[in-house]
Amino acid sequence: MLTIGGKSFHSRLMLGTGKYPTFQSQKKAVIASKTEILTFAVRRMNIFDENEPNLLEELDLQQYDLLPNTAGAKTANEAVRIARLAKATGLCDMIKVEVIGCEKTLLPDPFETMKASVQLLEEGFTVLTYTSDDVVLAKRLEEAGVHAIMPGASPIGSGQGIINTMNLQFIIEQSDIPVIVDAGIGSPSDAAYAMELGADGVLLNTAVSGAKGPIQMAEAMRLAVQSGRLGYKAGRIPKRMYGMKSSPETAMIE
Amino acid sequence: MQIHVNGRQVEVAKDSTIGELLKSFNIQAKLAVVEQNQQIINKTVYDETILTNGDTIEIVHFVGGG
Repeated sequence: MLTIGGKSFHSRLMLGTGKYPTFQSQKKAVIASKTEILTFAVRRMNIFDENEPNLLEELDLQQYDLLPNTAGAKTANEAVRIARLAKATGLCDMIKVEVIGCEKTLLPDPFETMKASVQLLEEGFTVLTYTSDDVVLAKRLEEAGVHAIMPGASPIGSGQGIINTMNLQFIIEQSDIPVIVDAGIGSPSDAAYAMELGADGVLLNTAVSGAKGPIQMAEAMRLAVQSGRLGYKAGRIPKRMYGMKSSPETAMIE
Repeated sequence: MQIHVNGRQVEVAKDSTIGELLKSFNIQAKLAVVEQNQQIINKTVYDETILTNGDTIEIVHFVGGG
């Protein structure tokens, strides 16, 4: 079970809800993923077009925990404002703190991220912080009291997979709170690998919503996360430089 | 009087409320959160919260995101 801020989840896959080709494919992909946590963004309602469909109306929200993000924020103050708006829906206590510091790489601003996380913890939020793979920053965030660390595997939406395995391993090893690998996952093998390294969960969006078959990919990701977790628990064999026979060397036929 | 709603200028009657504003956009039933001059307004007081000339109102909701 994955426990974040006192709440437990069977699924270790968190799914983003952005950029699906259709609401229908999104709905089916969410079901196929068997996720229990869905992420959302907070934006202006298009009040000038009352026919605009609302994503939330398409999903059975009773079945999921909602994890709104502070995407769009470039400062701690903006992130805190978005988080308060999200909480005011009355639908969630969790917040994914995301404060972008570089428009090109979409890497987080560490100073503003820390500031926003501390403020939201003071306000009683369950805080899951999106961060880079910086090992010391992850430690500092944990010391500040965040409920989960969400290091990016690689830049958001890049599909590059895990580009700094060593840092991710350091973060996983040092953390006493859940580590959710967020951002940059491109394929099921990336998700499985993150779990094999000992991550407590994976959050992804574009890898599913941008796939040719989002519904199949959602299922593939579900299986990959389960498989990676099982492999982690089973404990992989050490790597060797040279070969080692797996068939007996005795009773050879002559 | 004029107020700003989600970045647009909107004309509303003097002393009208946030509740009336939401009704005019037909979004009372939707999962919206309202901010008046950066203060979140609790749903329970929409009908008592009076709009003032020049107010900045943000009406937000959840959209797809990762």
